[in-house]
Amino acid sequence: MFGSFIKKSRAKSPWIMHFDCGSCNGCDIEVLACLTPLYDVERFGIINVGNPKHADVLLVTGTVNHRNKKVLKNIYDQMPEPKAVIAIGACGTSGGVFREAYNVVGGVDKVIPVDVYVPGCPAKPEAIIDGVVAGLAKFAQKVEEAK
Amino acid sequence: MATTVIPFGPQHPVLPEPIHLTLKVEDEIVKEAVPALGYVHRGLEKLADIRDYHQMITVCERVCGICSMIHGTVYSQCVEELMGIEVTDRAKMLRVIWSELHRMHSHLLWLGLFADAFGFEALFMQFWKVRERIMDINEATAGSRVIVSVNIIGGVRADLSPEQIRWILSELDTAEQEIKALQDTIMNDYSVKSRTKGIGVMTYDQALELGAAGPTLRGSGVAQDMRMLGYGGYESLDFEPVTEPDGDCWSRSTVRFREVLQSIDLVRQAASKLPEGELAVKVKGNPPEGEVYQRVEQPRGECVYYVRGNGTKHLDRLRIRTPTFANIPPLLHMVPGCELADVPVIVLSIDPCISCTER
Amino acid sequence: MKGIIKDVTFDTVVGEVMHMKNDGQRLVTLSTYQAGEGKMGILYHFDKELETTHLRLVADMDKPIPSVSGVYFSAMLVENEIRDQWDVEFDGLVLDFNRTLLLDPEVTQVPLASNVKIAPKN
Repeated sequence: MFGSFIKKSRAKSPWIMHFDCGSCNGCDIEVLACLTPLYDVERFGIINVGNPKHADVLLVTGTVNHRNKKVLKNIYDQMPEPKAVIAIGACGTSGGVFREAYNVVGGVDKVIPVDVYVPGCPAKPEAIIDGVVAGLAKFAQKVEEAK
Repeated sequence: MATTVIPFGPQHPVLPEPIHLTLKVEDEIVKEAVPALGYVHRGLEKLADIRDYHQMITVCERVCGICSMIHGTVYSQCVEELMGIEVTDRAKMLRVIWSELHRMHSHLLWLGLFADAFGFEALFMQFWKVRERIMDINEATAGSRVIVSVNIIGGVRADLSPEQIRWILSELDTAEQEIKALQDTIMNDYSVKSRTKGIGVMTYDQALELGAAGPTLRGSGVAQDMRMLGYGGYESLDFEPVTEPDGDCWSRSTVRFREVLQSIDLVRQAASKLPEGELAVKVKGNPPEGEVYQRVEQPRGECVYYVRGNGTKHLDRLRIRTPTFANIPPLLHMVPGCELADVPVIVLSIDPCISCTER
Repeated sequence: MKGIIKDVTFDTVVGEVMHMKNDGQRLVTLSTYQAGEGKMGILYHFDKELETTHLRLVADMDKPIPSVSGVYFSAMLVENEIRDQWDVEFDGLVLDFNRTLLLDPEVTQVPLASNVKIAPKN
């Protein structure tokens, strides 16, 4: 009984975690702006947490470089199954303007599997919320499959 | 007493960005802090070899998303000085308006994050609510909320109509009221003061010796603001650098709070003095051989660009020294001796912008 | 470039920087550029009440460069950054990250010096 309760509530109230992986801060402040009164994602039951072990959805902004790829992998591995990853901004999806720089590996999908890509430089809060909603549909599907 | 080593970051709830500090702690007191950077290092300076000098504006604006407008301005100023281009007065004044709007949104963002660092979430929400007005102005005038990209070599690419200026000024009047309503809380509230007064102290002499920049420097009583150099349109504007004498976290937050009000005043002055004229002058040829050193005031402090041209369309060298990079040694000085619970507050008090620091 | 520019050499750089410190100058930063084959230029930028002074040192990249971090602690970070970017050594660096301040140990490329590669660090 308890298990089915968790399964039901999981997709209804997803906890997100944000990791900045070498972005220029443009996308980060837009992710934070989503939490504030004008956009307020908490009305969808979404809560921002700081601990990967509590998180269901990982939001990653920025390009991956040689040092933070290990941190990103580590955080992803610490998250409990099922989990969804959303790459935000041009840098997160492909490397963006930085793709030719010497210390840049590329998009987030070079290191961990990504479910939803949100384009934009920087991505607007509306686009990020839209991406999170699309990510939640995938997440709910994963919860179903995990039965 | 035994020493415990506590890692702080790179992923930490209070930090929006990855920086790592290794804290050596005895009991609750931090004895030593050693930084580890490089989590955001991309290597933008080297991109000057691949992109030409016009395309580099796009890259420079993305050194840091929060002060992007001012990065674009200083890069354009450097190339203009190298090529001997004189920008029109209207373009200079428009750059001032957008720069000050950027300073406002950056400081409001920081004030919110700072409140969040000591757990005052309601204040965080209030500051970010006011900030949305500035973001709306950016979006309405330049087409983008964060990275406004109005600079081009030789001027600006967007104009402000008289109606837009009237609207901006009325929005700023409302924002000023809303910000002043928060003044009492951030400056005089008992619990805010108990978390910030006397924490992370840096004296006048130490600030100069450690090479602090911007509000971190002015929070220790040093009246130094690069806008006093009178670059761009600032020579015709009237302002005094904001300083606070104590050098603690409270001083640094008060400096930033008063600078928000100062920026509103500067936008009003710039709008009233906005001259008529062309937006941009035509640019021909490539940057000649030579070197240029420019300093401007960013929300976080003094930003230094060093540009070398070699006669081709690619710059020979682009060197960027950002304010947070200069504020890391002061941070390493402030942290030892504080309590472990004060570390997030002190780290935030220098306004860390790691993507600037590491480029 | 605006401001006073003074040329210094390997032997006089630390003394000149010490002299600037006694004069009450604030070290702004160090800038580097390629100054011909195997040589790099280092500019030490100083500021006192908005007046700028630059010291220019043209150094051989294969010899250790005298570090000024003993005079100004704040030079420590930027000297480590130069070490990352150019693979040069500094003599007397107070806190040496050994080329890993910005770059990961596995990186073998030397970003700003062309055609130079080094072995990965452990």
